[in-house]
Amino acid sequence: MTVEEITAKLRSIIEPYVEEKELLNNIMPETDLLEDLKINSANLVDIIIDVEMAFDIEIDDDAAEQMLKVKDSVAIIQERITA
Amino acid sequence: MDHCHTILQLLPYKTPFLFVDRFLQIDENGASGEYTFRKEEFFYQGHFPDQPITPGVILTETMAQIGLVGLGIFLTKAHESKEKKNFVFTSSDVEFLKEVLPEEKVKVSSEKIYFRLGKLKCKVQMWNEEGERVAKGVLAGMMV
Repeated sequence: MTVEEITAKLRSIIEPYVEEKELLNNIMPETDLLEDLKINSANLVDIIIDVEMAFDIEIDDDAAEQMLKVKDSVAIIQERITA
Repeated sequence: MDHCHTILQLLPYKTPFLFVDRFLQIDENGASGEYTFRKEEFFYQGHFPDQPITPGVILTETMAQIGLVGLGIFLTKAHESKEKKNFVFTSSDVEFLKEVLPEEKVKVSSEKIYFRLGKLKCKVQMWNEEGERVAKGVLAGMMV
């Protein structure tokens, strides 16, 4: 999967957790899930579990804690689907 | 069942906001416990003056204290170190099926959906003494 494909799939996973939908229109690698998309931090765990199911991968807790920016999340996902 | 008693002692709540009399069972998959709503509870004075009924928020709180916080203490092994933990209630989606009146004893049981990165999410149900389900829902919180 390309970075663009992973990003698009990630965007659809994140969408239900973003209250202000217009914030999703301009997702960049540097976009921060909490700061920029204003996601409730308690929902990060749900996003990680959804990502694991959608991509059929396992994300350990150390990696999960790094998934704050889109680029880091995509890198962590890409590493695991190609592993 | 020794750990049930220890976990009861470690709950951060005190009267008039403690809604657990005892835990019946706590293991890695879930927790159960019971509470009797005393007719003197503070909220019956206003909810409602002539017709006391236990408020839904209090039923939700009771479900959270037994099903979520009790289980959270067990899962973080705080009962082994006797360490007091704080708990942040982060979400609830509860349906109320029957009213609960003063002096009713309720039983709560929870079933873990997941516990990851400090967040615990559970399916929680409440029954009355007749064995009728009075509330059900999904609650989540973070152990900090």
